[in-house]
Order: sequence, then C-alpha cells, then structure tokens
Amino acid sequence: MRREVPLIITAACGFIFIIQFFIPHPPLNRIQDVFNDWVNIIAGFAIVLGILNLLRVNLNKMSKKSKGWPYALFTILGLLAYVVIGLAFSGGRSFQNPGTAFYWVYINLFFPLNSTMFALLAFFVASASYRAFRARNKEATLLLIAATILMLGRVPLGEYLSGWLPSGWRLADLSDWIMDFPQTAGQRAIMMGIALGIISTSLRIILGIERTYLGGD
Amino acid sequence: MDANSFFNIGNLIAGILTIGIVSFLYKDNPLYKFCEALFVGISAGYWLVIIIFTVILPKLYDKLVSQEYVYLVGGAFGVLMLLRLVPKISWLSNWALAFVVGSTAGVNLIGYMQSNGMNQVKNTILPLWTGAWGSSIGNLIIVVGTFCGLVYFFFSKEHKGVFGGLAKVGILFLMVTFGAAFGYTVMSRMSLLIGRMDFIFGAWWGLIR
Amino acid sequence: MDFWQKLLAVDRRVIFALVAVAIIIPFFLNFPIKITVSPPVNAVYDYIEKLPTGSLVMISCDYDPPSAPELQPMTETMLKHFFLKDLKVIILGLWPQGSVQANIALEVVMRDPILKAKNLKYGVDYVNLGFTAGNEFVIIRMGTDIHAAFPVDFNGTKIAELPLMQNVRNFNNIAFVFNVSAGYPGTYEWVIFGVDRYRFKLGAGNTAVQAPLVSPYVQSGQLIGLLGGMRGAAEYEEVSHYFGKAMGFMRSQTFSHAVVIFFIIVGNLAYFMTRGKRT
Repeated sequence: MRREVPLIITAACGFIFIIQFFIPHPPLNRIQDVFNDWVNIIAGFAIVLGILNLLRVNLNKMSKKSKGWPYALFTILGLLAYVVIGLAFSGGRSFQNPGTAFYWVYINLFFPLNSTMFALLAFFVASASYRAFRARNKEATLLLIAATILMLGRVPLGEYLSGWLPSGWRLADLSDWIMDFPQTAGQRAIMMGIALGIISTSLRIILGIERTYLGGD
Repeated sequence: MDANSFFNIGNLIAGILTIGIVSFLYKDNPLYKFCEALFVGISAGYWLVIIIFTVILPKLYDKLVSQEYVYLVGGAFGVLMLLRLVPKISWLSNWALAFVVGSTAGVNLIGYMQSNGMNQVKNTILPLWTGAWGSSIGNLIIVVGTFCGLVYFFFSKEHKGVFGGLAKVGILFLMVTFGAAFGYTVMSRMSLLIGRMDFIFGAWWGLIR
Repeated sequence: MDFWQKLLAVDRRVIFALVAVAIIIPFFLNFPIKITVSPPVNAVYDYIEKLPTGSLVMISCDYDPPSAPELQPMTETMLKHFFLKDLKVIILGLWPQGSVQANIALEVVMRDPILKAKNLKYGVDYVNLGFTAGNEFVIIRMGTDIHAAFPVDFNGTKIAELPLMQNVRNFNNIAFVFNVSAGYPGTYEWVIFGVDRYRFKLGAGNTAVQAPLVSPYVQSGQLIGLLGGMRGAAEYEEVSHYFGKAMGFMRSQTFSHAVVIFFIIVGNLAYFMTRGKRT
C-alpha cells in the first residue's frame, strides 16, 4: 500500500497527461482539466505545508532555547502578524488593493526586505569578479572576452567607445551578434541536453523505475 | 504626509530595514539578523494569506459550495499533503505527492520533447548558403555550434580523435555562452542594487527626482 | 608584500564601497544616453503596432520585488503601449507578487494625461486576474478555460461578471501575450506549455540573467521578440518614446559595468604579476 498506491497514482496521472496531448477529446480532456484543478489545489496545500513546517521548526528552536532563538521569535511574530492583518484587517478577498493594511505591509516591509536581500548580490558579484575571475587558460580567456564585450555592448559606454567604428562593428552590434549566433548555439545545445535528461527522468518516474521522491518509506 | 518624504512612516521603516540588510556588508550584526528573521516570517505570512484567498477559497471552498463535489478529491489530496507533519502517518502524503509528481512528469515529457527537443532540432536545420555571406556565416555558426556543443555533452564515448576535436570546438562555444551569461548576470545584479539606491536617494531622502 | 600582492589582498569592503559609489554618483549626473534598439525588441514593438484596435492582449507579470528595477519599467511601458493602441488588456501573474506589481504599474501609467483622458474602465478595458498557484498547470488550464484557471479576479470578483471576460474562453481569443519574467514559472513555461501547445503569439521581457537562456526561442520563432534586462526596458522606451525609469537607470548601469571591468582587468593584472612569486 505504502509504495504501490503512489506508484499507481504516478503512472495513471502521467499517462493521462501524455495521452490527452494526442487525443484532446472527451473524456480525456475533461479528466485532464479536473486533474489540473486538483494539482493547483494540492500545490496550494504544499505551500501551506512548508509554512507550517517553518512554524514548527522555529517553535522548536524557541522551546529548546537553541542558538539564535530570539530571532525565531521575530520570525513567528512576523508570520502571525501578517496573517492576522491579511485575513482580518484587509477587506477580505480584495486584500491586495492599495489602501489596505496588507498592501501597506507589502510596500513598506516585504518589498524593501525582499529587494535589498537580493541587491546584496551586486556587491558579491563585483567582489567575485575581482578575486576569482582569472584568465588561467584559453577557455577562461574566451569566456572573459565574451563577458567584457557583452558588458560594454549592453550599456551606453559601448556606444561612446566604439561609435567611431562602422555600423555593424560597434560593441553593441558585436554583443548582439554574439547573443544571436554563438551564444544561441551553445545555449541550444544545453537546452537540448537538459530536455533529453527531463524526458528520460519523466519516463523513469512514470514507469516507476525512479522512486526517490517517495523517500525512504 | 507626502509619500516621498523622509519622515513618511512607511519610508522610514522601509529605509531602516534596507540599511539593516545592507549593514551585513560591513559585518554580520544583530540588526541584520533581525531583518533577516523578519523577512522570513513576513514572506511566509504573505504566502499563507495569498494561498487562502487565491487557491483554497476560490478553487476549493467556492466549488464545494456550488456543489461541484469532484473537488472534494482535490481537497482530500491537499489534506493528505499536510499529514507530512505527523510522523506516524506521514506516508499518506506520498499519495498527494505522487499525484503532483506524476502529472508534472507527464506534461514535462511531452512539453520538453516538443519545445526543447524537436523544435530546437528543426530550427537548427538551416541553409548553409543563403545568398548572403552574413546570414550564411551566422547559420553555419548555429549549426556547428549546436552540434559540437551536443558532442561535448556526450560522455559515453571518450573525447579522442575527431570526436575529441569536435568536443573541443563545443567547449569554445560553451565558453562564449557562459561568458555571455556572466556579462548578463552582472547586469542583472547591478540592476537590483540600482533599484534600492533609487529608493534611498529618491523616494526616501528626496535627493533625486 | 609588494604592491600587486597588497592589491590582491585588499579588503572586500573597499570593493563594496567602490561599487556603491559607481551606482550612486550617476543619479546626480545628467549626461545624455545613446541607446540603439536591437532587432528582438523592435520585433515586439512592430508586432504590437500592427494589432487591430480593440484586440485582446494578455500580460503575465511573473516577477517579484527584487526584479522590479529591471522589469517594472518594462511592464509600465508595455501597459502604456497597449492602452495607447486601444487594446483590451488582461493582466495576470503566475507569481503572487506579479499581479501586485502590475497594479503598481497601472497606478503609474494611469497618471499619464492622455490615458486619463481615455477614461479607461476596469472590467471593460482591462482586468487583473491576480495570481493562482499551479505554475505551468495554470498555463495549460488557460488553454482550455481561462475562467476555470482564474475563477475570481484580483479583487475577488467572479470573472464571469466582468464585461471584458464575457467572450473570452481561452488563448484562441487572445491576439498577443507578453510575459514579464524573472524565473520559474516564466518564459520557458509559457513557450513549452503555452505557445507550442496552443499556438498563440508570445513576446517576452526577462531579467538579464534569464534572457540568454531563452534566446534560442527567439531564433526559432517560438518567441516573437525579447526584451533583455534593464537594457531591453530602455530600448523599448526608446523605440516607443514612452520614457520611464529604465533610461535613467542606464547611467548607473554604465558606471557599474565600467567598475566591474576595471576589477576584472586589475585582478588579472595582479594575478599575472604575482604568479611567478607564488610558484
């Protein structure tokens, strides 16, 4: 039961979605639509699961007074406060409209925290460029040259530096050419390789050969 | 109070939180840790409210109220998913997981085969002479680059001789690809910072308009 | 330690400070920006220009606040273009923050005097369907029935009650889709599960990180065109003449790229000068 039922469910769902692609008529299209809606509902509950797990981990941390436990308290307070604001003080289903308390917290807390966290990456990418980006061999040199042409070509600095060159040979034109031809070729090879991997893994999952997603049970 | 004023309470809070996160660049400190913890909590709260109002209410509750009882099965699978939190019966969540994994595998198999497999092969079959040197060289580069890149990723055969030579050409194309990726990544990361600086010096401190 | 070794060992906080200065100083300068518009951006603009008045278009905002500096200007310019062409607009998000960002963009765009004069009405000229969970499954569901994928809009109103959505069933009713994307789910999924299944026309605006990943779709025609990063947003402002923040941000982008290239050159120079001494 513990292994067989999930494997049957996986195979059934997989085959229905595959066959429906080739036979998009009743009853398969209706079955696919219903399955699709169920997937959306389950996806929603999966997110709820993650949030409940986060609550559990932080409550554990607080109860055991582990290292950094006061910060777990802030996490839980932030979570509960925003949920209460969203569910009870933001006008019900129009909770995201400008003027609601939920929207105010989004603009003044969520937005700056989220954005600034990722903005730190700008500093780290510059530091990595200085410390780690080395032209150790010809491949790395080629990578460096392509990166430099693109970085210059994508900003007005490239227009200023190479504006005197004939049209088609300026840095912006070179960077467009690199993107349109050699970069597209390499990217396409990667894309096709990944597609082959996904196709084989999907087939293995549907046929029940790949079972790691079921865990150790 | 003007939304672009320094003392606007929203701007003040946003500004202090921004500075709190940026302070990590100097060194790890309690203000940064507080902002980080708050961010995790608020993100989780945000998602929970969103899921309740955009999935659970319209796609489950409203459907059941309108007597579309087929959605009870979806709701049941959803509840099974939550049982992962109860160690003794967490194995039941595998049924819900299997539903999602099987559906995803089914759509991905067809989707990737069509879009990233066959369509890409079809669009790599290009005329090597188009009548104009520019487009002919471009087509040749795409054909040769894609083929050699794929040869490089074929690890079941040793990269020796002609095969090894083609793989080496493939590496060169991949290096150009990664160089382009790096250049664009720098552009993207700098854009993130530009946005925050625009807030600090524009909306908050009012030094730029 | 000699000069080059000292240079290699410089505190990373010095590097951080130089990056910050490179980004901040251009905000106070006003030098002219020269942007040439690339073919993939022109392709999107030309396609929209050719759409008949009253055509139904869709814009999917699949991004969150960190990507807003790159993608928000794109969303604003695109919405402005749609409204000035008298197109009917369906907005949605496969990311929850996306539909909120779209609303913020709408607020900015509606301040334009020409658009104010048009007196655009929600539910008649545009709708915001909001967000729903499901990633690529939402796209597949929209291909059969948009009302089932999004039963209610951003405000919780049943979309069947909105005049604009009365005769809209699926992608067959949509003349053009524009996807503003920062990751998963995004342009990849729109192409794989949307374009190649349901054969509608798709243009995309991506963060600079994602733009190279989807460039093969432009060559293959699966994407009509592509706006890549802040530069793509600035190019679209240039070609459409609806100027927003992207053009101004390009000044800081210029300086920051120059600083990074400087770091790469100096770092490599220091590496080669000290290489003999290390071995």
